[in-house]
Amino acid sequence: MTVKVPVVRNILEANEQMAEDNRRVFRDAGLLVINLMSGPGAGKTSLLERTIDALRQEIRIGVIEGDIQSSYDAERIGQKGVQVVQLNTGGACHLDGNMIKSSLAALDLKQMDLLMVENVGNLVCPAAFNLGEDMKAMILSVAEGDDKPLKYPAMFQQCRVLIINKIDLLPYVDCHLGRMRDRALQLNANLEIFEVSCRTGEGLDPWFDWLRRQVRERKAEVDGTKS
Amino acid sequence: MHEMSIAQSVLDIVLQESHNHKVNRVLSVAVKVGELSAVETESLRFCFDFLTKGTLAEGARLEIERVEVTCHCQECGSNFTVQELIFACPICKSPRVEMLSGRELSVESFEAE
Ligand SMILES: Nc1nc2c(ncn2[C@@H]2O[C@H](COP(=O)(O)OP(=O)(O)OP(=O)(O)O)[C@@H](O)[C@H]2O)c(=O)[nH]1
Ligand SMILES: [Mg+2]
Ligand SMILES: [Zn+2]
Repeated sequence: MTVKVPVVRNILEANEQMAEDNRRVFRDAGLLVINLMSGPGAGKTSLLERTIDALRQEIRIGVIEGDIQSSYDAERIGQKGVQVVQLNTGGACHLDGNMIKSSLAALDLKQMDLLMVENVGNLVCPAAFNLGEDMKAMILSVAEGDDKPLKYPAMFQQCRVLIINKIDLLPYVDCHLGRMRDRALQLNANLEIFEVSCRTGEGLDPWFDWLRRQVRERKAEVDGTKS
Repeated sequence: MHEMSIAQSVLDIVLQESHNHKVNRVLSVAVKVGELSAVETESLRFCFDFLTKGTLAEGARLEIERVEVTCHCQECGSNFTVQELIFACPICKSPRVEMLSGRELSVESFEAE
C-alpha cells in the first residue's frame, strides 16, 4: 500500500540550528559579526588588512578566515597582531554554521568589538548558509564586470553592504560604475554601497566611518539591554 | 555547487521520517526549491540519484517544484512576482519591498510503501 507522508522540513535546518546557536553566543558576547563574501580574489583579505590598520586603535577586531585550503590569508591577518583563526573547508564551497561554531573555542569573543568572517571566495554558495552573523557584506571588484549583479542575484539580494573594489583599475577594464550600482540597487534598494581601492586607499574613509557607527550602535544596543 | 550536500540533507530527512513512519520503500520525494536558492535542479537530481543507491530510497523520483520570487510592497501593500530580477513594486514603483518567497529549500512530503 502506498502512503503519502507529509514532512515540510527545511533542508538546511541543521545549519539554521547551528547559526542560531552561534547567534546566541555572539549576542552574549555583545559584539558585531559581519560575514564578508565575494568571488575569488575580489579583495576580502586586502579590505580586512586596510580596515584593521585604520581601526585597530579604537575597535578590537577579530577575524575568522575561511578558505578551501591553505593558511595564507590567516598569516596575512596574523601579522597585524589581531585575533585570527583559519578555517579550511577541505573542498566545501562555503562556510557553514558548524564550522564557525568549531572555531569559536580559539577566539576570545569578550575581548572583541567586531568579528569579521572572511568566507570562501565564491559568489554563489556562501549566500545560502547563515552563520549567525548580524549582517552580510560583499565585495565586487570592477575587474569582474558590471553584469555580475544580474548573474549572481542571491548574494546581492541578501547583503546589507556592497563594496566595489579596485576602482584604481577602472581605466583598464570595461566596467561602468553607474551601471554596476544601478543593477545592484535594482536587486536590493537597501544596499549601502562604497566604491574603494584597497590598493590606493581611495574611498575607504566612508567605509571606516560606517563601520565605526555600526559597532557603536551595537554597543549601545547591548548596554541598553543590560541596564 | 553544493548540491551534493543538499541532496545528502534531503536523503537524511527522508530516511529519518521513513524510520519514524515504518515504511519499507520510498517511491518519490517532493521538494521545493526557490528560484533564488542557488540550487541547480538537474545537478540536485543527479546527486540524489547517486546518494540513494543502496538505501530504501533507491530509485525514488525527486519531484522538484521551483518557487518563483515574490515580494510585498511596504509602500502600497501589493504583492507581486519579481520579473527579470527587478525588486521594485510594479504598481507604485517603490523599491521598499520585502521578499515573501523564492529562497525555499524544503522537503514537503514523500510517497512510500
Ligand atoms: N589593483 C588592485 N588590486 C587589488 C585591490 N585590492 C586587492 N587587490 C589585489 O587583488 C588580489 C586578491 O586580493 P585578496 O585580498 O587576496 O582577495 P580575496 O578576496 O581575499 O581572495 P581569496 O581569499 O583568494 O578569495 C591581490 O593580488 C591583491 O593585491 C585594489 O583595490 N586594486
Ligand atoms: Mg582572502
Ligand atoms: Zn507598491
